[in-house]
This record gives sequence, structure tokens and C-alpha cells, in this order.
Amino acid sequence: MQPVNTQHLRNYPKKPTQVYLFGTCIVDSFFPDSGMDAIELFEREGIEVIYPQGQSCCGQPAYNSGYKEEAKAVAMAQVKQFPLDIPVVVISGSCGGMMRHHYLDLLSDDPAINNFCQRVFEFTEFLVHVLRLKPIDQGEKERVALHTSCAARREMGVHITGNKLISQLANVDLVLHDYESECCGFGGTFAVKHADISAAMVADKSKHLVASDVVRYVSADHGCMMNINGALDYQKESLRGEHIASYLLNRIKGQSKAQSKGQSAKEAL
Amino acid sequence: MKHVYEEESKYAASAKDFRKNVTRDLGNEELRANFRGAMDYLMDKRKSAFSSADELEVLREQCKLIKQRCLAKLPHLLEQLEDKLEHNGIKVHWAETVTEANEIIAQLIAEKKAKTVVKGKSMVSEETALNDYLEARDVECLESDMGEYIVQLAKQHPSHIIMPAIHQNKQQVAQLFADNIDGFEYSTDVDTLIQQGRTILRDKFCQADVGISGVNFAVAETGTLCLVENEGNGRMCTTIPDLHIAITGIEKVVEHLADVPPLLSLLTRSATGQAISTYFNMISSPRKQGEKDGPKEVHLVLLDNGRSQAFADEELRQTLQCIRCGACMNHCPVYTRIGGHAYGTVYPGPIGKIISPHMLGLDATTNLPTASTLCGACGEVCPVKIPIPKILLRLREESVKPNSEQPQVMQGQGAGRSAVEAIIWKIWAQVHKSPTLYALSMWCLTRCRFLMPKKLAGWTSVRTAPKLAATTLHQQIKAKQAKQGRG
Repeated sequence: MQPVNTQHLRNYPKKPTQVYLFGTCIVDSFFPDSGMDAIELFEREGIEVIYPQGQSCCGQPAYNSGYKEEAKAVAMAQVKQFPLDIPVVVISGSCGGMMRHHYLDLLSDDPAINNFCQRVFEFTEFLVHVLRLKPIDQGEKERVALHTSCAARREMGVHITGNKLISQLANVDLVLHDYESECCGFGGTFAVKHADISAAMVADKSKHLVASDVVRYVSADHGCMMNINGALDYQKESLRGEHIASYLLNRIKGQSKAQSKGQSAKEAL
Repeated sequence: MKHVYEEESKYAASAKDFRKNVTRDLGNEELRANFRGAMDYLMDKRKSAFSSADELEVLREQCKLIKQRCLAKLPHLLEQLEDKLEHNGIKVHWAETVTEANEIIAQLIAEKKAKTVVKGKSMVSEETALNDYLEARDVECLESDMGEYIVQLAKQHPSHIIMPAIHQNKQQVAQLFADNIDGFEYSTDVDTLIQQGRTILRDKFCQADVGISGVNFAVAETGTLCLVENEGNGRMCTTIPDLHIAITGIEKVVEHLADVPPLLSLLTRSATGQAISTYFNMISSPRKQGEKDGPKEVHLVLLDNGRSQAFADEELRQTLQCIRCGACMNHCPVYTRIGGHAYGTVYPGPIGKIISPHMLGLDATTNLPTASTLCGACGEVCPVKIPIPKILLRLREESVKPNSEQPQVMQGQGAGRSAVEAIIWKIWAQVHKSPTLYALSMWCLTRCRFLMPKKLAGWTSVRTAPKLAATTLHQQIKAKQAKQGRG
């Protein structure tokens, strides 16, 4: 089957001068560098990034656990933080799906919720369809794999935008790993509540990524990467995943992650 | 709320053992290889059956609308179906519970003093554990679908709704035949195995007093029972014995005969990648005067077994759109890992997770809605567009609601609620809805990051623990802005 072009799926605005960034709680507490890299990438494109300090979490952990009222309270608090009529870019497909689609249900009693949801964009979707980013690759030749989160693929329909961005990098050979579209087994609390099933799934995902013989894999979701990188580290494999924001920035600047951040890939779980 | 569940249901007990079953089956490498291989094969078959994504989308939308229309008129259509069937000479019986269904069938068999039954494939008869029930009453039941025959011989249950013996490889089947069939010489040649099964079944078809089958679509407009199959055994069961008893769930009714072709096309293509099944039977009456074959009597048992509970709620009603193709399990990364038996329910996989709570109650099935990453593969392939992930979320919500909360939509509401978890989420919500509390908690967390445990239940059995950052994104941005003089 032909992949579906996602350009026609929504009414993409013209390139704005300002965007909001929704950093997500995982990036905030575990992987802030990815957030900083996303900001730098936007600023290089001449876009001012507004990061409301009042933001916390999209509410998905409670929502996915069945605690709708708790999720609703947190979701309402987020919406309040993004009052200006400018795009809200989310650096995670999963949180993006929550804010773009599930908020419509969860906050259906808020008449302004539709407007908010319409302003929510997943990071790679925004780079491709709004910024129309054409990254100039200054990096060395290398093979990478791409892991797309299930939410990005199926809720946001943006599985081809990550692919498109990496494919534009002249010196990067994008390798398709086996069972590329299969879930890594994270699923939030699933990884803890059904730890053995999750373990079986991440064992396969990491095996297939290692077998694809790449120097690194790239993803737009730190939830998946926390899972896969954690498993790779446990297995003493050297392969690691990197957030696509950091990866793109480093390719554009001609730096590898280790050089630019003074930190080994191993530390950057 | 009325209790419609049988206390003694063996499936309720095995569904409660979900975690134990998962541990058992995840550790069985042969079983896992069998499932992975079979699911890869079925996914490929489906993919090759839909050459155009646009055609698939149009057909899915059409079939979703057909099923939704039929469900919207369900009570009326069931009455119409009964009228038409009775007019055609097919007797209709209503069963609210599995016991009622079994009693009706046992009574029909007893009236004929019948002793032997051949069965075509029917998952609804698995729901009622009909074989056990009849065998306890000295009626011999023989499964005639090859997969069902294997499963019956192995004293197991189907592990997949359309491929009941998919958990077994050909070596295992060969061994099973060698152990159980006199004169069978061990062979792993698939044709030899099938021929062996056919030889035994052929005799049984001719001797059996009763044929029992399922139904794929029951057409209200014409009073027609449609049966989709590949082996011809369904046709044998429904034509040779003098008494044919069909059993199905109330959601299988469709309004018009014209509703059938698109549903059939999508069913076979989604299930096995076939453009059409080898056999498609349309049963519209018993043997008429002057006809030389066909059963003298035809009965239909319509089973509720919790379906009306799903029907009563608009969101949960979508569960009943299912046409039982099995595509959701074929594409499910959890099903592929744990296999069909681990669920402990009649219907495994994603559809099993959303239908079983209505049949067995949320108390017996608490672990099912949570055993999903919500990856959405099931919803993506569902031919009738059941939003399975959305329904899983809804079931999680029903499961953790206080059991006193009204109105009660689900039997077993609140079965998954833990007081500790409920308090944790309350605190979590307080922290995350207040910027001040969130900032304070992050300040504390980053400073106490050295205290973060290296071992986290479940997580660190196969992964290292993630490390908290020294400074959060909030803090880094604040620092950057201060440096740029915008702070």
C-alpha cells in the first residue's frame, strides 16, 4: 500500500514568527537537552519560542490509567498556559496526540477547546508541513534507523514526516529495521503494570534495531527512547537513540552529539 | 444491576489467572515462535488483499456504517429476523445466559433422542462451553473444522477466533495425531495430516444425528443465516444431519441482504487475505417437500451473554460492530507475544479485551483492558472501525471508578480500583495543575536525584533506570533567558 501523504490532512498555517513549545514532563525531568535543541532549531529558522513556565504534563498518564477527572484538571491547567493564537508545538507524538485529539473529548465542555486543539502540532509535522525545513547536512556519512512512536504514527498520522526529515539529510543512510512499525512496548504504566509483556516487546524492538547495523536510531518520542535505550543499556549494547530535534541540529551544525554536548551517548539515556 | 454472569464460568476463572498465564506462555519459546510466524503470515496475507489504500478506506467506512445502522435498530431487526425465520420454517430461541443457551440446545437434542453431534466452527458455542455441557449429558460432540478438531483432540481451547489451532506447529499436530489416532503413522506432511482428519470426519458427518453451526450474518429482511467457511465442513454439518441447530450472538443480525456482500468481502480479506472464502452458505429454510437433502428441522439460538450491556452504552456499543475477522489479534504486538490462551477468555486479543468484560464482568477481567500499550494497531486494521484503543480507555475508567458511583454501566465496576493508586493520582493532579507546586516538586526532585532508586519494580528487570536531569527544561530556559536579559 502507498503511504498516505499527510499534507492534506489538516490546514497548515503559514510559517509563524512565534510558537509555543510544549516540552512534556518526560523531557522536562529527564531529557531537557532535547527541548533546548528544539528551541535552537526554531531560533535558527527565525522563530521565537515561547515556553510558558506554568506548563507541566499533558495529563496522559492519568487519562490512560482511567483517572479522567484527574487528567481533566491537569489538561485544563495546560490549556490556560497557551492563550495566544499561535501554534503549540509538542516534542512528542504521544503527548501531541493527547492534546490534539483526546483533549477534544476530555475538555468538551470548554467552548474554546477546539481552537486550542487545532493549534497543536507534533514537532516533525511542524518542521515538514509548516516550516518546510530543508536541513543542510554537515555531518559525516552514517547509517541511522528511525523509530516512530505509535501515537505519532496512528494518532497524529505523522509517521512519514520523521522519515522525510531524515531522508533529506544528504549524508545519512536511513535504514528500515525489521518490524519497524511495531510498538516498542512502552505504553506508560503498561511497562510497569505488565512488565513481562513489555519486556518481551522491548527485547524484540532492541534486537531489530541492533540487527539493522546503524550507529544510532532517531525518534521523536522520549517515552519510547527511555524504554528502548534503557533496554539497550541493560543489554550492554552501545546503540542509543537520540531525539530528532537534537539529531537534526547536530547534523545541521556538523557536530555529533558527544562532541556538541560533552556527554557520552551512554549517559544520554 | 442484574447479574447475568454464571458464577461457575470456567472462563471467569482462567481470565482471573491472566498474569499467571502470561508468565507461563511468555516462557514457552516454541509457542512464541508459532504465534510470531503465523501472525506474520496473516498480516502479509491481509496486506496483499488490499491493493489500494483508498479502496480499503471506502470499504471500511461503508461497513462501519452498515453495522452501526443495524445496531441502531437492533431490537427491531431481531424481531423482524424472528418473524422471517419462523415464516421460513426456522425456529428461533432466545437465550439470555450461556446456561439458557445450553439448556435449549440440550433439550432439542434430547427430544430427538440424539446421541451424536457434529459441529461446524462456532465461537459462540465456545462461549457457552457447549461441548462440556453436552458431553456431561452423554452426547458426543465432534468438532469438524480442522483447527477445532485438533484443539478438541488436544483437549484445549481455540487460541485464535478464526485459526483455532494456530498455536500448534505441524510437528505438534503430527505427534497429536500419532498419539490419538489408531493406525496413523507419524508424518509432518500437511496434506497427509489434513487427509487423515478428513477421513475420520467424513464418517462422522454421515452418522451424526445433529449438526451445530455458528452464523456470520443473520439477515432480517429475508430470514437468511449466512455461514462463511473454507473446508466444506460447515455445509456438511448444516445439510446432512436431520437436525441443524445454529447458535449466534444477537449482534450478528444485519438489516438487508445487500448489507452482506461488502461485509463478506471485508471479512475474508481482513481475516485470511482471501478475496472470498471457499464456501459461503445461505440457509433459508429446512428441507422442503420434494427436496432430497437438507435437515428436517432448523433452529436458531440467539444469545445475549452480556451483549445487551454493551448495547446500552453508545460508546461501548461499538464493540458489537465486530464481524470476528481476527485482524486485530493478527496485528496486536501483545497477542503475538503472549498468544491466545494467556487471555483465559473465549475471545483473545484486542477484541477479547473489549468484549470479555461484558461477558464475564470487569472483576474477572480487570487485567485485560490494562494489558495494552494503546499502540492502535488494532484500531487501524479493524474492518468496521471499532475504536478499540478508545474503548480500552473507557474500560479502564469503568474499572477504577468507585463501585458506588451511579449510574453503573458495567458489571464489576470499580474492580480495578486501588485506594492507594487513587490517592496517588489525586496528588499527581494537584501537583501538575499548579505551576507553583510543579516547580517546587521539580526543584526537590532534581536536587534529590541521587536518591532516585537504581531498581524500579518491573522496569529494571530488563532495563536500566532513567536518570533525572540535574536541571529541568524549565530551569534551563529560565537560565538562558536570564543570560539574554529577558528573564
